[in-house]
Amino acid sequence: MVTVGHAGQGVGMATVEEAGGGPGPGMLPPDAELAARLRGGDEAAFAALLDSWSRGMLRAARAYVASDEAAEDVVQETWLAIIRGIDRFEGRSSLRTWAYRILVNIAKTRGVKDSRTIAWSSLDPEDFGPTVDPGRFQGPGDPQPGHWRRFPMAWPSAETEVVSGEVRHIIEAALADLPHRQRVVITLRDIDGYSSGEVCSILEISAANQRVLLHRARAAVRGRLEEYYATSPGTEGGRR
Amino acid sequence: MNCDEFVELVTAYVDGTLDEATERRFTGHLAECDGCDRYLDQIRRTVHSLAALPSQSLPGQARDRLLAAFRDFRRP
Repeated sequence: MVTVGHAGQGVGMATVEEAGGGPGPGMLPPDAELAARLRGGDEAAFAALLDSWSRGMLRAARAYVASDEAAEDVVQETWLAIIRGIDRFEGRSSLRTWAYRILVNIAKTRGVKDSRTIAWSSLDPEDFGPTVDPGRFQGPGDPQPGHWRRFPMAWPSAETEVVSGEVRHIIEAALADLPHRQRVVITLRDIDGYSSGEVCSILEISAANQRVLLHRARAAVRGRLEEYYATSPGTEGGRR
Repeated sequence: MNCDEFVELVTAYVDGTLDEATERRFTGHLAECDGCDRYLDQIRRTVHSLAALPSQSLPGQARDRLLAAFRDFRRP
């Protein structure tokens, strides 16, 4: 084994990791240049891409397969496919979307082995119906049908909440309980920050279906946070 | 607009995909309903918290293997 290079060795590519690993615009060179560098064997370019995209890829893959280990396998296989297939990238989609399509295909195949097949073509019964318990709203005999019986409870201020490990735990648990497709969509949109267009293109679903899945997922996660805040005393700072 | 309709439109609203008439009804309701204002705010907080989740990275060994694979790949 030869000692490996670091992302920081390349020209103009050093900021990717320091900036938090997000695939933000402006941190990586434009697609055409990136693709050319990869084709030319530029290791620093590859390392920068690897460090920038792998986190999101792991999360996305995890939504299709049964374990963290399996998700790692999927991501590694995806990178190998990118190495071998970069010559076939034609720039008809963004490089990232192209890479994620490869990932999704590999993850689906692996998911079949794990008996976790997911059909994306149409919505399921679980994707319909109200996202907020109808009992929260006044009924036909009440003074204002369709309006809140009681307003949602106020949450503690954002400053104390964002960093809380407990809240993180609640959200992770809520994500784990989501139907798979909702989980994939909310992962790509809200955790990895992909646009709705990118997500539709990666998953090959309609904008309307994408929105339904995202909406249900967000409402479910919000519901779990609401439950948590309602049952945990002293959420205003000094918890525990 | 009623609150039970409002809560089902928040994602479309945040994504800016409501048609003009519905958006007007949505913002009209938002202006006069503190409960829905709070609900929308909590959905935004939820999205914000999701974005702040730390995510795992590839283990060092896997990263090393992939870099080696890239280096050793035979290019035409």
